[in-house]
Amino acid sequence: MTELSTTLFGLLIIGAAVGGAAVLTWFERRLLGIWQDRYGPNRLGPFGIFQVLADMLKLLTKDDWVPPFADRFVFILAPTVIVIVMMLGFAVIPFGPELQVIDLNIGLLFFLGMSSLAVYSVLLGGLASNNKYALLGGLRSAAQMVSYEVFMGLSLMGVVMLAGSFSLRDIVLAQEGLWYCIPQFLGLVTFTIAGIAESHRLPFDLPEAEHELTAGFHTEYGGMKFAMFMLGEYVGLILICCMMTVLFFGGWMGPLLPPIVWFCIKVFVLICFFVLLRAAIPRPRYDQLMGLGWKYMLPLTLINLLFTGAFLLVMES
Amino acid sequence: MTVLLFYLTAALAVFATVVALTRANAAHALIYLILSLLAVAVMFFMLGAPFAAALEVLIYAGAIMVLFVFVIMMLNLGDAGEEQERGWLDARLWIVPGLLTTVLLVEMLLVFGESGVTTSGHSVSPKEVGISLYGPYVLAVELASMLLMAALVGAYHVARRFIDRPGDI
Repeated sequence: MTELSTTLFGLLIIGAAVGGAAVLTWFERRLLGIWQDRYGPNRLGPFGIFQVLADMLKLLTKDDWVPPFADRFVFILAPTVIVIVMMLGFAVIPFGPELQVIDLNIGLLFFLGMSSLAVYSVLLGGLASNNKYALLGGLRSAAQMVSYEVFMGLSLMGVVMLAGSFSLRDIVLAQEGLWYCIPQFLGLVTFTIAGIAESHRLPFDLPEAEHELTAGFHTEYGGMKFAMFMLGEYVGLILICCMMTVLFFGGWMGPLLPPIVWFCIKVFVLICFFVLLRAAIPRPRYDQLMGLGWKYMLPLTLINLLFTGAFLLVMES
Repeated sequence: MTVLLFYLTAALAVFATVVALTRANAAHALIYLILSLLAVAVMFFMLGAPFAAALEVLIYAGAIMVLFVFVIMMLNLGDAGEEQERGWLDARLWIVPGLLTTVLLVEMLLVFGESGVTTSGHSVSPKEVGISLYGPYVLAVELASMLLMAALVGAYHVARRFIDRPGDI
């Protein structure tokens, strides 16, 4: 692609991610409603789709308030960090054979780096609020995200070993015959769980657990700054689903339909799966969450790596 | 163009580091330090070492600095800590370290002036890094892994003592 078209494509992706995240807020509530045998927001417009606009209007017109006791500089910085890094993560995703902003030979590491920088948003938000609930939420999220990052990276190394590259394009091309969700099933399971923990969505939303921490790290946030946190969370969810599609479900590959359509279908199904998880699984206790990470998930990824390595060695000899 | 961008990033890294050193507020200082590390990562990328750049972001900016922020949150120093820090940041303290660093800077400029700063223009792929790590540098990798293992066992031991004596907590 030429430089201009790459820039335009990048802007298009950013627009699509923001729009997708906005629609997702409504879609998730409707879907949760169906699974929990109730309606969800269904009043405004057909199927309640204009609820998105109503929510946006509400958030935009709210007073953009910074508490006097907060650390102003960090307080404003925190919500921007998560949105920026999550958007940057999309740069390396191959949406089709030619549709990619940049094909880095460290593409996978770039994604991991961006998702590890996202921790700062929650951490600094909690720190700058100068509020006990926010501080506790920030502390929890730091411990949670650092622990889950460890095996998030390790769970993907099996894929890298099979494909022999960190480039996401090469990884998709290597799945021509067989999607990696079959040989790397353990990797898929651990990556999914780590992905939920990284985007701190419902089963693992301990940093903002409302039953004990009011709203956790964003207790003091309101208006547009709160919306930025939410935007970051939903864009992060879309990003994780895109990564799962690329790494385990053959990316853009599929019969008949054009590549980009296949990509979108796969991402959509994965997003529905994540919403189902939210509807179906109760929130664990904090010590259970950390125990799960270190005692079960980490050994599982190591076993996966061991077997993948042994398999590759046997195949070579 | 790349040269210009490189020097811009380098200047950013130096500036961020200086600001990080002189902040009284620990949280602000850490944010500037993170910025400096990210700038260094961009420099690595421009010099043709994308793998090192990715690791810089992943390990330094994404993990080690998170733990720093974590500690600051645990201590929750607040305004009292800031006051104390301000008392420590005396201008006279900077004289000797400043002189020593100037000597280093002059040395560095002399060395660079002789040999000329060049990048080979060759980008080192992750595969090449892996091959050299587990080829000629395997001893260093093994030593580092032993050190990490020792640290892990040590941390486990320190935490375990509390569990064995329930009255302690």
